[in-house]
Amino acid sequence: MSAPSLAAGSVQAGRRRWPFSPWHLVLIPATIVLLFPFVWLIVTSLETSSEALRFPPDLTPHVIRLRNYPDAFNAAPFGRFFLNSAIVALTTVVCNLVLCAAAGYAFARFRFLGRTALFIVMMATLMVPFQVTMIPQFLITKWIGVNLLAGVGIGHIGALILPNAATAFGVFFLRQFFRTLPIEYEDAARVDGANRLMVLWKVVLPLSAPALATLAALTFLDSWNNFLWPLIAINSTAASTLPLGLATFQGAHSTEWPLLMAGNVMSLAPMMIVFLIAQRYFVRSVAATGLSGI
Amino acid sequence: MSLSASIALGRRKTGERPGSRRLRRAETLTGWAFVTPATVVIGLFGAAPIIWSLIMSFQQSDQLSSSTPFVGLHNYRQMVHDPAVTSAIWHTLIYTALFVPGTMVLGLFLAVAMNRKLRFMWVYRTAAYATMAISTISEALVFIWLFDPSYGIVNYVFSLLHIPQQQFLNSPSEALYVVVVMTIWGWSGFAVVIYLAALQGIPQDLTEAAAIDGAGRWTSFWRITMPLLSPASLFLAVWLTINALQLFDEVYLSTQGGPLGATTVLVYYLYQQAFENFNFGYASAIAYLLFIVILVVTAIQFRVGRRFTYYRS
Repeated sequence: MSAPSLAAGSVQAGRRRWPFSPWHLVLIPATIVLLFPFVWLIVTSLETSSEALRFPPDLTPHVIRLRNYPDAFNAAPFGRFFLNSAIVALTTVVCNLVLCAAAGYAFARFRFLGRTALFIVMMATLMVPFQVTMIPQFLITKWIGVNLLAGVGIGHIGALILPNAATAFGVFFLRQFFRTLPIEYEDAARVDGANRLMVLWKVVLPLSAPALATLAALTFLDSWNNFLWPLIAINSTAASTLPLGLATFQGAHSTEWPLLMAGNVMSLAPMMIVFLIAQRYFVRSVAATGLSGI
Repeated sequence: MSLSASIALGRRKTGERPGSRRLRRAETLTGWAFVTPATVVIGLFGAAPIIWSLIMSFQQSDQLSSSTPFVGLHNYRQMVHDPAVTSAIWHTLIYTALFVPGTMVLGLFLAVAMNRKLRFMWVYRTAAYATMAISTISEALVFIWLFDPSYGIVNYVFSLLHIPQQQFLNSPSEALYVVVVMTIWGWSGFAVVIYLAALQGIPQDLTEAAAIDGAGRWTSFWRITMPLLSPASLFLAVWLTINALQLFDEVYLSTQGGPLGATTVLVYYLYQQAFENFNFGYASAIAYLLFIVILVVTAIQFRVGRRFTYYRS
């Protein structure tokens, strides 16, 4: 094996030195292709309708027409959509953190009657695709809205929160994390007189910030981008979230491209800004799902 | 909270424990108090619907009557003879077979290119990650404009390259492929994140040792890097497949299953049956078909994948 290694080394040494890494020649075109849809989206949102409907297209707008944005804002209540999305996503995140942490902690540390059976049933629901549960979920939500609490019934944004207020994934994810924590701290706190809830709140949760942040980021992304359930559960503009509102807006203005793109920019901008600011956390959270391994 | 103190406390605590039945009953009570809220939500919206939709799949239901008589396997039998179901399964499988490898190859290529220290690397990485922040609806809306047959930029680029103008989403033979392209773009950031994390977990001394042993870069990539990436590849293959088999959003926005049903995938057909025709019984049977397809495909992936997957620890 020594002879080829020498040969390889000499090839390496004889290689021409570039003033910059040749990888840039790969990465620059790739980045342009990846970013182009975003760029074209913004360019179109600043054009007039006649400019957009021109072939060959103008690659740069002649006049930057910001009017499309207030026009789109008047044509559909994007502020309302944004507010609905934000309320739904934030409430869902908070509910998930609280409910999944409590359940996950009990599964991780308590020994109680029915624990294993309950855990197995919960994990079984993880394997079932949403489409299987979608129709009964619709009927149950409708029933609750009519008979128990109108605010979480069909047509209200509560219907987007309640069914997702806790997920089997969240319970499983936090249970796995809690089990990696050293139990000694918890025992010590209990002997000092803290009850289970206080141990969870004062000892376990502060040690679990990374796991909680990961679950929060994943839940937020899921809720924010969810489309199929809002499409089924919401039937009014006033209760629409951003994806649903945008889809309705598209249906009403199907060829007014600058207006559509202005609406699209307004819909995706808030998430994009949050994502760019907290990029590291989102990326780490998504990577965590992959590294958790199969 | 010093170590010795906690050990001492732990001992005192275990000293209290033995055999106290009252303590155990108290723990069962607290345990259930902790799990009940999550259990109610997951049970009501996750577990019970699984049984209910199975029951519904054996019932006849339609818009006009409120009675839902049991009809045995009728819905399933109807499904087998429904040409729309056959073609929906076919479209779903073609889509999955193109989307999953496409996304994985693109993600791997970008991740390998981005797994090094270079100037402006943060720009490249941010550009790739940004696709993760865009919703499926926003993504589809941009792409129907890019691929607009009359005024879209893609046809303009084609005209520059002397490629004939295409109908894209208006063409029954092309629409599904446009959906493949838009979803690959939408998922590329996810694939890059997964592969980049896996690449960064590979210790450099392994590739260095291979280089000393005379392995070229290409050999070292195929013999060292790829096997070490195999758990990430298996994860991505399974995850992307599960999502691909459930494709809906992009189809709903861009083609509504058309033209001429060319993009009617299984979930889109299910949605039409359930919430346009309110044929809940038949839709539930289709949902169970989807479930079985997902189970079978992922089981095969695990079976085959395990053989090629190398776990270091």
